[in-house]
Amino acid sequence: MGHFLTYVFEPGLLASGPVRVAALVGGIVAITSGVVGVFTVTRGQSFAGHSLADVAATGGSGAFLVGLNQFWGFLAFGIGGAAFLEMIGVQRRRGRDVATGVLLGAALGVAALFLYLGSVTTSTTGASFTVLFGSMFVISTSTVPALIASGLIALAIVITLSRVLLLSSLSPDIAAIRGVPVRAVGAAYLIALAVSVSLSAMVIGAVLSTALLIGPAATALRVAKGPVRAMATAAVTGVIATWLGIILAYDSYYWPPHGRGWPVSFFVVGFVAVFYLLSYLRVPGRSRERACSPAS
Amino acid sequence: MPGRAPGSDADELLRLDGIGVRLSGREILRDVGFTIRPGEFTGLIGPNGAGKTTLLRVILGLQQPTSGTVAIAGTPRGKAGRARGGSMVGYVPQKLLIEADMPLRVRDVVALGIDGHRLGIPFPSRARRELVAEALRAVGAERYADARVGELSGGEQQRVMIAHALISRPRLLLLDEPLANLDIRSAQGIVAVLARLAREQRIAVLISAHDMNPLVQVMERIVYVAAGRAAVGSTDEVLRSEVLSRLYGHHVDVLHVHGRVLIVAGSAGGPGGGDAVAERPDAILDSGVA
Amino acid sequence: MFTGLMMNTWIAATIVAVIAGVVGFFAVLRGSTFAAHAIPNGAFTGAAGASLLGINTIVGLVVFSVAGALGIGAAGRRARHDVATALALVMMLGLGALFVSVSTEYAQETYSLLFGEVFGVSAAEVLPIACLGAVSIAAIIVLFRPLLLSSAMPEVAEARGVRARRMEISFLLIMALATSMTVPVVGALLMFSLMIGPAAAARSFTSRPGLAMTLSVAFGLVTVWTGIVVSYETNWPLGFFVGVMGAAFYLFGRAWAAVRRTRAVRADLAAPVGAAA
Repeated sequence: MGHFLTYVFEPGLLASGPVRVAALVGGIVAITSGVVGVFTVTRGQSFAGHSLADVAATGGSGAFLVGLNQFWGFLAFGIGGAAFLEMIGVQRRRGRDVATGVLLGAALGVAALFLYLGSVTTSTTGASFTVLFGSMFVISTSTVPALIASGLIALAIVITLSRVLLLSSLSPDIAAIRGVPVRAVGAAYLIALAVSVSLSAMVIGAVLSTALLIGPAATALRVAKGPVRAMATAAVTGVIATWLGIILAYDSYYWPPHGRGWPVSFFVVGFVAVFYLLSYLRVPGRSRERACSPAS
Repeated sequence: MPGRAPGSDADELLRLDGIGVRLSGREILRDVGFTIRPGEFTGLIGPNGAGKTTLLRVILGLQQPTSGTVAIAGTPRGKAGRARGGSMVGYVPQKLLIEADMPLRVRDVVALGIDGHRLGIPFPSRARRELVAEALRAVGAERYADARVGELSGGEQQRVMIAHALISRPRLLLLDEPLANLDIRSAQGIVAVLARLAREQRIAVLISAHDMNPLVQVMERIVYVAAGRAAVGSTDEVLRSEVLSRLYGHHVDVLHVHGRVLIVAGSAGGPGGGDAVAERPDAILDSGVA
Repeated sequence: MFTGLMMNTWIAATIVAVIAGVVGFFAVLRGSTFAAHAIPNGAFTGAAGASLLGINTIVGLVVFSVAGALGIGAAGRRARHDVATALALVMMLGLGALFVSVSTEYAQETYSLLFGEVFGVSAAEVLPIACLGAVSIAAIIVLFRPLLLSSAMPEVAEARGVRARRMEISFLLIMALATSMTVPVVGALLMFSLMIGPAAAARSFTSRPGLAMTLSVAFGLVTVWTGIVVSYETNWPLGFFVGVMGAAFYLFGRAWAAVRRTRAVRADLAAPVGAAA
């Protein structure tokens, strides 16, 4: 057993500075993404969650180009994208997805421009890779407080809104009658989503951002019944996937091809996928039999 | 038209006067008016597309009428329209967007009826649990209190939503076509629950349906909506060939068969009819054939 | 701008725009915008994997696009469609990350696979693009009516024997086919923009299917032709113009629809009350 442990936890893992920062910030991102993701999946806004991450990443490239701190670029574009979606104001899902697609297309076009200008003015290549897949091990310690703060803000907004969000999802009419400003609540939630994915896109890349937003939440929704349990399960699943991914990524420096290491995003996505697939191994017969005609 | 029964104004939970609604150039409703008193069981009956849902939405403040007034417990609803039935009016909507993976158990849904419109996370307390249990008992849903609401049958979901509406102690309960997709037994169960609530807790019920037969035994009053207008009164007063013919604008026959009510459109020029111009060929408009 | 080399670019871009307009019309109609974004990303992973394994890029492209499409189709049965698409997308990109990082030289190729290198198209590449494009369009023409019915009114289609599952899988495969050939030209991310922007704009102006599809192709052609000209002059990437113009067309369409709606509401309020129905 001891031998196995040293094989998994390669020497220097827990003492390594970048690993600790990655674990801390990655953990916060995972918790926030998991909780926000529960509502994202329930409201059928997975595409929006993914697109806003790409939009935010575009903002990051732009900020980098202009010499600003990337963090503000991510955040500004993310929130701007959410505002655009809100103002387009389409209610039905298909129309919403189309608007999201148009926003994403425009943002990717702008990203192409930024990356091109970046490669021309500076000589950074490989920028597209970093934009997509992030740089969890290269987070500078000075940005950590800002990252944690924005994560907690997004988390606080969503938890505060959790009841009205659920009621609005159950029946917008009932919510409206009870005095809930359904439209405003949706907008506030979208802003929280934007902050959450902007943060995660910056820290772990646009791809991983979506994985941690959707995967643990989808897993939790298959497994947990009540709202609080679902949010907690999503958060825990996300953190475990992230930490296991970090451990293996660190270990992979010792695997072929030597010294390069495998990308952490590959491992985290892998674990997210594995946990999701495991959720399909539920005990059969758990769902109640339909006694009469099913709901339409 | 059969008129309103005389009574003091203070007694009225709901009063509609001269309600008209026009949407996309079409006139949906014209000059609709009626009152509801505590404990009354009223059926809002009419063929599909007649405007029943529109009428309910006007009452709830979700739809602005083009003309007319709505008053709840004597207080007229203002132009601003923002629904302020407060906790006086409970609503059970027709369509719920419940996906299978919605993270809500039955008891969560019912608890949302208490304070689902407030921010923050509720502090679990015995008082809340008692309220939820009581509401579940009232509709007979204790059996599946811990099941995911998305996994229930249509009839079970209806009961849950009634419990959700009940828990804020409304004086008037509005239900939009709750029986529409249910089999006979489930429908009868729902009607029995509602009848008991009206009787024991003096909660007025206004329930819309396109098939009135599950309700005929229980309904005291009926608001029959067709061709944009409404006939209001007791079931005996309204369910008559002359009354409904005048409403539809062409001759219809009201047949009582084995305790069921059939409304059949006749051919042009039938006795007692108004205009001879029939808009539909011989057809059964409403029937008890469930 | 119209020299021999550029002719290939013009031809390739025109073919791609036509394919995108036709396929995109259905993608927008069916609300498969997310899938339209995810499947091309599968192509990206395929190309990276092919390069790693040393096999023909096209094989990798096709294999992963098709695998992605089938994965989304299969998973969409058990889970929500958008969740299935999101998970398929991130899994493919996760693999792509692995392939790219394990192979040794890839930075510039990553950029061009994602955003395209339309000005580098050789004559040899135009033919396969044209062929596969023809196949995709032929498939759409053959399936046009059942696909349209199933997209717009799924229950009616089922009643007539058009199985929704079959149409869904067929359409996803068509998208995979259309994108696997066009990704080397316009790039994964931009093929998506070309499919969605012009088609979304077209739908804002008309709901008649034939006209909408024609408009969709027309907008797409205007977009790439204008884009090529400006891109040639400024050296800025074509993808930028495609994305931005698509959004502009779309917003114009929505503004148009909004104006029409306000006129209708005003007519409602102005009509005299109590007019005979």
